[in-house]
Amino acid sequence: MPTISIDQAKPEYDVVIVGSGAGGGQMAYTLTLAGLKCAMLEAGRSYDPQSETPMFNRADQTPLGGAPTPDKDMGFWDATVDGGWSVPGEPYTQGSTDKHEQFTWWRARMMGGRTNHWGRISLRNGPYDFKPYSYDGLGWDWPITYEEVAPYYDKVEMLIGVHGANQGMENTPDSPPGILQPPPKARIGDLLTQKAGKKVGVPVVSIHRAVLTKPLDADTIPAKLHPGNKWAQDIVAKSMRSRAACFWATPCYRGCSIRATYQSTTVHLPPALETGNLDIIANAHVREVTVGKNGKANGVLFIDKSTGREERVKGKAVVLAASSGETVRILLNSKSNQFPDGIANRSGLVGKYITDTVAMSVKGQIPALENLPPHNEDGAGGSHVYSPWWGYEAQRRGQLDFARGYHIEIGATRSMPGGYSPVPMGYLRGQYGTKLKQEARRYYGSFITLAGRGEMIPNEQCYAEIDPVVKDKWGVPVVRWHWKWSENELNMALHGQKTFAAMIEEMGGTVTQPLAKSGYDLIRPGGNVKHEVGGARMGVDPRDSVCNKWSQTWDVKNLFLCDATSFVSNADKNPTLTIMALAWRCADHIIEESAKGNL
Amino acid sequence: MKTDQSPERISRRVVLKWFATAAAATQLGRSRLWAEDMSSLPAGYGTDPNLTKIYQPGDVWPLTLKPKERGLVTFLADLILPEDEFGPAASALRVPDFIDEWVSAPYPNQQSSRKKIIPGLKLMDELSQARFGRDFEKLSARQSTGILDAIMAQQGDEPQLKKAQGFLHEFTSLCMGAYYGTPAGWKAIGYVGNVPLPSFDGPPQEVLDRVGVTQTVS
Ligand SMILES: Cc1cc2nc3c(=O)[nH]c(=O)nc-3n(C[C@H](O)[C@H](O)[C@H](O)COP(=O)(O)OP(=O)(O)OC[C@H]3O[C@@H](n4cnc5c(N)ncnc54)[C@H](O)[C@@H]3O)c2cc1C
Ligand code: SF4
Repeated sequence: MPTISIDQAKPEYDVVIVGSGAGGGQMAYTLTLAGLKCAMLEAGRSYDPQSETPMFNRADQTPLGGAPTPDKDMGFWDATVDGGWSVPGEPYTQGSTDKHEQFTWWRARMMGGRTNHWGRISLRNGPYDFKPYSYDGLGWDWPITYEEVAPYYDKVEMLIGVHGANQGMENTPDSPPGILQPPPKARIGDLLTQKAGKKVGVPVVSIHRAVLTKPLDADTIPAKLHPGNKWAQDIVAKSMRSRAACFWATPCYRGCSIRATYQSTTVHLPPALETGNLDIIANAHVREVTVGKNGKANGVLFIDKSTGREERVKGKAVVLAASSGETVRILLNSKSNQFPDGIANRSGLVGKYITDTVAMSVKGQIPALENLPPHNEDGAGGSHVYSPWWGYEAQRRGQLDFARGYHIEIGATRSMPGGYSPVPMGYLRGQYGTKLKQEARRYYGSFITLAGRGEMIPNEQCYAEIDPVVKDKWGVPVVRWHWKWSENELNMALHGQKTFAAMIEEMGGTVTQPLAKSGYDLIRPGGNVKHEVGGARMGVDPRDSVCNKWSQTWDVKNLFLCDATSFVSNADKNPTLTIMALAWRCADHIIEESAKGNL
Repeated sequence: MKTDQSPERISRRVVLKWFATAAAATQLGRSRLWAEDMSSLPAGYGTDPNLTKIYQPGDVWPLTLKPKERGLVTFLADLILPEDEFGPAASALRVPDFIDEWVSAPYPNQQSSRKKIIPGLKLMDELSQARFGRDFEKLSARQSTGILDAIMAQQGDEPQLKKAQGFLHEFTSLCMGAYYGTPAGWKAIGYVGNVPLPSFDGPPQEVLDRVGVTQTVS
């Protein structure tokens, strides 16, 4: 991906964007195609999915068969550069030593951020998800409705390409006809889970993932995305034509060299660069937003990691999209006489009410799937089916001991073995010789994992602040995390476990581990699902929120937050599609306001 | 060599006696046959390795097993995953190279695996010396599987027995990870894939029928 060095930068840009992931990528795309001159600062190195993705590499061609190590937490092929649960030289700290109050933070330092290796699950928030307080009296409402965001969901889905099917289910929005790409066929374990789900009352339907199951319609989509802007349409059409459809091999978490799946580096940045309106500076670790005497943002101050020097880039507006925790860090580190507690923090709410996703899972061994005739299940490089939350009615009747819902991600596949035993060793204890090989073949592909992903209610004990002592190797003060689950999440986790066990039993299978007795034994630690959202929520009142409904900060009108910091709640739906929809909407607002001279 | 668990049962008393003999035998002069703890660890591949390169064991960090251990690893791996109707023997698929790479790696999991594997190899050799007066890797198929069966079939808390069982479990696990990560291993276990396809058609009819389901995604 082409980048420039700081001495090649323009004296001033229309907009300076910090971060090149889902939010920053979408922002750069929309602004540059509307003709605005943008600089993008990315703390990590440049990255080229076309030449750097290990598409067909096998275990026997890879150190340790690709098994995870502290250098590559999710295995060798994972498309995470210089990151994972820790980033060299860039620590974060914990506010508590209690083992239930730890936060785990997944970061990537690369062009495109975490969109290079994300799970590609792309779900719309539903109408209740934008009005959670009105729905059940917990948390806060967003200052926007589903109907206001829906046109942006449409656009993002058309641009990135999302496969799935419309189901007409409560609070699980359908897309308008013609937008979704065809869903992939179900795998054998999916169909068995679906059958069992029917018996226990859990729907199993096609999942929505950002993978092209056929080429994008480059003849008609660009005009829908950029009406009246022929120049933009041509650039976007060209980019769409250069993306291939999925060829049903190679798991997406490695990245996709044929650009069949959404990564900021495969979808957003190529057309944005093509406009000639985008300058990207890599290895630029932003420390703070700078402000002028008029109280407006006028650029950012960053450390050029290639020289270690402090540098500045100027802009008429600044957009932060460094991911929630990092954006909070930049805001709080941007202290000045005008903003002694950090920029845009007059409400004192910056860093507050951060949420992650409730995660619990159960694995089952299913005799009906033993010894199946070998067949190809690589598919679309991730799940093909899932269960949207189905319990609204039961909740209204007061039958559940938790609020809000969870969806189930279903993992059933005869995936490529290597590195570790393809069958859990407990099933092979004491075996060797031809008997071992027979047993391995018998059990391979007979396991199904049901993983719940649920909504957490924001609470006061989950927040990020600046550690008073610890700095990273660039001298920038780091984030200190505070975390605590409430009863709601712990009860939800237990409910999930019970449901998954019932589904596995219905399939005639057995659960592979003893069931947990307490929610804490089940729920993964805070941050572990990498859906940390919030920290600068939007609202209607500057005393009670950090930004308005456009993700524009109340205190500094030319400062915008277009990652998940402005989220008011964290629906069970994975956040990235919503990040992109809101970033596009925010970009449209910036374009309008700057045309009016309001910024 | 085709190996299989032998039905022959060896009494617990006899097995414990082998362990006792093995432990008592002074192994003077044999210690240099075994790799030592790695006092200083080599560098790993770092947080930004070249992902597309084709690697061989030994490319990133040096292999550390001594010839005696390599011989024993090869012999034992081929007992565990022999040549048979499913596929070639472990050594033909470079399983010993993988194990050497694994126990020589600088990372915590691999180092703790090393702490089980190297003493475990030594224990197998001691048992073999105690029982047959020969190196393990020089035993006949019947003799060596006899030892495996004896260890695996026993139940009890004796530390030596636990250690031997723990070693075989870990060793088998490494063999599985290596063996099934190869195209011949895929064939042996029934994995089909890692090839581009024009379409994804879902499970074949035969599979749907076996499981008793129908495709629901059109
Ligand atoms: C393994 C995994 C699976 C996931 N699966 C899904 C899924 O299936 N569906 C889903 O919706 N979400 C998923 N997510 C979450 C998803 O990746 C994030 O929601 C999304 O990437 C967030 O986009 P972002 O733009 O806010 O931040 P990021 O994608 O994290 O990008 C932020 C960028 O900003 C840069 N940056 C940070 N600090 C600075 C600084 N100070 N100066 C300059 N640059 C900086 C970073 O280097 C990074 O490149 C997954 C995440 C992981 C890790
Ligand atoms: S499964 Fe398809 S979309 Fe995913 S990486 Fe492979 S080719 Fe690309």
